[in-house]
This record gives sequence, C-alpha cells and structure tokens, in this order.
Amino acid sequence: MLLSIRSLTKVFPGTRALDGVDFDLRAGEVHALLGENGAGKSTLIKCLTGAYQRSEGTISLDGVEIAPRSTVEAQDLGIGTVYQEVNLLPNLTVAQNLLFGREPRRLGLIDARALRREAREMLARYRLDINVDRDLGSYSVAIQQIVAIARAVELSGKVLILDEPTASLDAREVEMVFDAVRSLRDKGLGIVFVSHFLDQVFEISDRITVLRNGRYVTTAETATLDRVRLIEHMLGRTLADDVLHSPPPDRGPRPAMLSFKGYGRKGVIEPFDMTIGQGEVLGLAGLLGSGRTETAEVMFGLRPAQTGEARDTSGPVSLGSPRAAIAQGFGFAPEDRKTDGIVADLSIRENIILGMQARRGWTRPIPRAEQNRLADDFIKRLDIRTSGREKRIGELSGGNQQKVVLARWLAMNPRFLILDEPTRGIDVGAHAEILRLIHELVGQGMSLLVISSELDELIAVSNRVIVLRDRAQVAELTGAEISGQAIMRAIATPGGTAAETMERAG
Amino acid sequence: MNLRALPLYITIAIFLAAYVICWLQFPAMLSTRVIGNLLTDNAYLGIVAVGMTLVILSGGIDLSVGAVIAFSGVFIAVLLRDTGLHPLVVFALLLALTTAFGAAMGFLIDRLAMPAFIVTLAGMFLARGAAYLLSIESVPIQHPFYQSLQSAYWLMPGKGRLTLIGVLMLATFALGIVIAHKTRFGASVMALGGGEATARLMGVRQGRTTVLVYAFSGAMAGLSGIVFSVYTGSGYSLATVGTELTAIAAVVIGGTLLTGGSGYMFGTLVGVLTMGLIQTYIVFDGTLSSWWTKIVIGLLLLLFILLQKGLLRLTQSRLAAAP
Repeated sequence: MLLSIRSLTKVFPGTRALDGVDFDLRAGEVHALLGENGAGKSTLIKCLTGAYQRSEGTISLDGVEIAPRSTVEAQDLGIGTVYQEVNLLPNLTVAQNLLFGREPRRLGLIDARALRREAREMLARYRLDINVDRDLGSYSVAIQQIVAIARAVELSGKVLILDEPTASLDAREVEMVFDAVRSLRDKGLGIVFVSHFLDQVFEISDRITVLRNGRYVTTAETATLDRVRLIEHMLGRTLADDVLHSPPPDRGPRPAMLSFKGYGRKGVIEPFDMTIGQGEVLGLAGLLGSGRTETAEVMFGLRPAQTGEARDTSGPVSLGSPRAAIAQGFGFAPEDRKTDGIVADLSIRENIILGMQARRGWTRPIPRAEQNRLADDFIKRLDIRTSGREKRIGELSGGNQQKVVLARWLAMNPRFLILDEPTRGIDVGAHAEILRLIHELVGQGMSLLVISSELDELIAVSNRVIVLRDRAQVAELTGAEISGQAIMRAIATPGGTAAETMERAG
Repeated sequence: MNLRALPLYITIAIFLAAYVICWLQFPAMLSTRVIGNLLTDNAYLGIVAVGMTLVILSGGIDLSVGAVIAFSGVFIAVLLRDTGLHPLVVFALLLALTTAFGAAMGFLIDRLAMPAFIVTLAGMFLARGAAYLLSIESVPIQHPFYQSLQSAYWLMPGKGRLTLIGVLMLATFALGIVIAHKTRFGASVMALGGGEATARLMGVRQGRTTVLVYAFSGAMAGLSGIVFSVYTGSGYSLATVGTELTAIAAVVIGGTLLTGGSGYMFGTLVGVLTMGLIQTYIVFDGTLSSWWTKIVIGLLLLLFILLQKGLLRLTQSRLAAAP
C-alpha cells in the first residue's frame, strides 16, 4: 500500500471535521474521494498536504508514518497537490513555473537555455508542445492545470492529489487533463481524485471512497459500483429516529402563493417553472453543483434572473436584488452560515435585529428596549442556548447560530423563507428542533423552500420535492411519490427527461 | 511575443522617438556631451530607482528612499567635518547603516504583516528627522578625496564627459538586471509580486525575500546618497524631497507593473533617461518653464497606467478567445 490512513480525526472547536476516517491508496490507481459539502474531503486533503495537523490517527507513506507540517514538507515526502484554482504564478513564464526553486544554474546564475530545455522535456512527457517562454497566464486553464500537474509530479513523485482539477474546464479540456492523469497512473503514481462530477469520477477512477459528515462510509471498486448505490452512500441516512418517525407532513395540494415561469439566468441555472403553495414546504434535492443554491440565489435576487417572470396572487413581483426580494416578504438563510449568514463579531441581539433595522433605515434606530424584548423573545421561542442576549454570536454552536439567523428572518415576518442546508454542521438535537420549527412555521401559513443534501430530512419536511441535475430541474415528486429511492433514481439517471425519470422511479 | 515585454518595447520606442524629436529641433542634443550629462545628472535617481524597481516587482513600495538620500548626504558631510575618517570608511559605515535600515523595515513589513506603504512612510519620517538631528543647515564637503571623485571622468569622443557617478549608475543597473532576472532570488521576488500565497505554496521563503528586497533598496538609497553628495558637494537635510515619487514614476514609465510581479530592470533605466531627456529639452529650449517637466511626466505616467490596464484586458480577452 502506497498511502495508508488509519482512523484519522481532525477536531475544530465545536466540530469534528473528520472522525476516524480510513483511506488507502495503491500505487498505480486513481482513487476518487466523494462526498457532499462538509463531508470532510477537503479536511482530509489538508491533513495530507500539511495544511492542517491531524488531531488523531496515523498517515503512513510507503509504510513509514508521516506528519507533514507544510505543503513544502509534504512535497518533499512525495505528496504533490493540484488545486481547482491553479496554484502557479501567471506572471512567470511556463518554464519558470515548472522549475521554480530548482532552476538550473551556471556560475550561480540561472541558465535560461537549460531552463527552457528542461521545461520542454517535462512537458513532452504530457505530449504538450507549447512555447515555454510565454507567461503561464496567457494559456488556457487546462494547459495551466497540466503544467501544475507536471510540476507537482516532478517535485513529489509518489502521490498526486487532484482537488477538483476539472471544475472550470470544458469536456475537451477535461479529456486533456485525464490523458495526463492516466499516463501518470500507468507510471505507478497513486492519484487521489476529488470531484463532484460523477460522470468524470466513473470515467477516471479505479476505486471510490465515500465520506459523509466527517465519517468514512465505504470504499468500492468503480467497475462494480452502481450509481444509485453511490448516491445513497453520499446522501445517506443521518437523521435521528424520532425525527424520521415524526408524522409525515400533509401532502395535499395548496393554493398557489408564488409562481415562477421560465425563470433563469445564463450560466447559473436553466430556466425553470415553479409554484409554491401557501403553507407548503418545497424541497430541492440534487447533488453538489446541481444548481440548488443557484436556484435559491436567482429567486432571492442575489443573482437576478435574466429570463422569465415571478408572480404572486396579486400580479408580477420584481426580485431584482435581495433588497427587492425582502420587500416582497422573502427571506434567505444561506448555506454558508459563517460567512454569509451571521456577523460573528456582533451579539445575538444585534444579529437578530439586523434585518429589521436595515428595513427601517439607519436613521430610525429600533429602541433598545424593543431590541431587548425581541431578542429575549426569540431566544426563548427558538430555545437558543446562550448565557444572554449580548453574547458574541461567533461563540455559539452551529445549531444556535442557525436559530439566530432564523430569528432574524422571523422577526421580519416573511411570507416566503428559503433555507439552504439549514441543518448542516448541526448536532442531532438541534437538528430535530429546526425541523420541528419548520413544521411549526408551515402550520402558521408560511411557505418554505428547503434545500438539503440529506434525503431523509427532505422527505421528512417536504410537501413536494423538486430534483435538480446539471443545473436543470429533472423531476418533481409529490405526495406518495416522495421517497429516497425515487429521488436517487432521478439524480442518477443520466440524460433522462423528468417524465422518463418519473416512470422509472414509479 | 510575450505580452509582458510590450511595455518595455513601448518605453524604448517612446524614448527613441523623443530623442529624435529633440535632435531634429536641436541637433546638438545628439552629442556625447548631452549624453554624458544625462547620465551624470540622473545618476542618483537611477541608482535609487534600481532598488525601487526590485521593491515594486516584489509587490511593495519604499517611500523612505528620498529621506535616506538626504540623511546620507548630511551623515557623510557631518562625519567628514567632525572626524578624521577617510570618506571610504564613512561610505562603508553609511552603506551598512542604510542597508540595516532597509532590512529592519522589511522585517517589520513581513513580521507584522503591515502594508509596506505605512512602514516605509514611518521610515521616511525617521530618516528625514535623523538628518535634521545631525544638521539643519547645508554642510559643505571639502575633503580632497571628494574633489578627485568629482573630477573623475573619461573623455568620450566629442568631448563628452562620462563621469564616475554616471558609470556607477550604469554598473548599478547591470547589477540590478542580473539580480532581478538571472538569480533565484530575483525569481522569488517576481513570485511574491505575482501572489504571496501562491509564492509560499511554491516554496518561496517570504520573510527572507522581503527583508532582502528592502535591504537592497536601503543599500541603493545609501549609494544614491553618496552619489548625490559627490554631485552636489554638500549634505543638506532638505534635499531630495519627493525623490521616492520620482523614482516610482521612473519605474512605472519603465514598464513595471505597479502591483508587482512583472517588469524589467532595463526599462527603469530607459524611464530615468526619458525623464532626464525631457528636462534637457526644456533647458535647451530656454523659454519653457521647468514645470513642464512635471506635466510631461504626469502625462507619461497616465499613458503607462492606461497601457497596463489595456494590456490586462487584452490578455484576458485573448484567453477567452483561446480554443
């Protein structure tokens, strides 16, 4: 075994990003690492490349235990990494980038001719014949990516980690990079491939390991693994039993409250039609990168739609900016709570009143007594665990932060609330509370759009579920049709229309 | 062709075109006398611009150099007046001092992760203040060694004088070219200017490189101070106010990207000479106010900033069009 990871654990204050994960890499294989956001892929990689120090567990390379403290040290040990964003310097020439720090010298000065020659030889191994004297930045991302791979392999030479290397490439460019990867595999390198493009994973990898919520789920040979099984592994069952066994929501039809027709934005999400009923929870399912968050962002005006229109019962509504959307009674609790949801340095009270105050305008401050009353009210109502309303929100646990974000919107009494991954990184108890809160809000007549990677959660809260794949809606499931199996089949079926998928799912 | 080199070619083209225009109007401009003077008059600026080029290539800025030049002049003049030290010993002391000063600023910039702008601004006030502390008045230098330095020149055909300090500037540029473009240190400097995080990932020792860059700039400022004291024969704490900005202008006109990571040392020489040429033209003309120098330099700077932005656009659109 080339690389062997045993019960790797990485603890951050408040969360276990990795919890006893095992991972093996053979020489001469491409091993794909899969998982949704927060599964622990990038933490695992950062432990390997020395960007993070592990909390527990062992990593051995060629049977020797290693503990790299920096990317340079990992490189010297034989582990090279290529990231999604090319980590080379666009302002240096291709040759300078390839041989940076190892430039051939004569009499202490860089030998430009030898530099050029060596660079050309390195690239010839990848059948790349380009002018190495031109700036790297003047070439396409695919070529930059291959240059990055060539440099990483040259420096390390045992393990190559490819972290979403194809995210910004088109099909032909992906093939170019894959050719390079295959030739390296055939030379006996061990390659870790991280990507959320399932087609690519199936094309290039020999084995697949799935992580979920920081835990190891399974490892399987790609050839024998079936797509539906794989998606099941990725989305899996993580909910506490009592939530799962809570009474299923009433799935009868609702009066329409909002409708979107041909709504879309080029390069973000294909035009879609969507109706949201009064007091309904609409679930959005799909894998990472399928366009769930993008749908929400277009609806909330974060990335304004370019086509289509939105109407409510009284006529067209304009959603050109988050401000306009809020004026329409929309709310949006974003996926990345830490950077987009909370203002970590402000107190719980300040975070709660932020939305209301913004709507009133800064010239009319909410009286302090009113602020205190609101904050105390929500702390009690949503059961926010804190020593007081003046505590810095950054010090709360993820679940309580999420409750504060919800409180901020609830204080504004919205009619339509979008929750993007409302339970990510939240412990089981808080998880159940947030789901109960969703039920409660719907009971009061609010409409919700819930995005979640956890199928059981979606099934437990949704009246209807819309499935997305490749930035387009592929299926809509209502009532008894909603099941984990049906959703997974809709995700896994490549190239099928919604109707076909439904047929197969049924 | 590498797009990066385009500003350099444009700089050279502008310089040659300007020279031709000057020559057509005043044929005497193409004499070795004018060329000799061009080198002599701009020697101190050229030397300090070598240091500035390296600093800007690394993505930084050094605002202290003008004040360091003034300090150097006063330091030399006062030491020669009050002690019996030989000028060469004083030079060595001074260079050690200004190099250490630059290194200290580099150390602070790196360790405190402070913007170079603010650290070197503090350095500027410190150096200027230290110069006042030594002497408020202009101190003449009357050492016999200085007289021999001032009168050292090589007579070019056409009676032009290639002075010692002019040669020293050219030698400094040669050294700068080697350091910036031919050493691993130079490559590290370019890498830092291209992106600090990436440079670190590629194995650049950021702290060491930053300290060395500012130490080099400090040394160049000290050397420039020596040259300036030879040129003026005195040390004055109010001298060379704003020289750091003139040097920055020369670097940018020379085709170096102000944000760092891209440029050529040779371009800075052309930039310095272009600015000198404008001044010479105004002297030849005799009727123009010397403020025209500033106006033309301002316009040239603007042109180069626009050029750099245009190039950036061009690169991006070319990339987008690439198959």
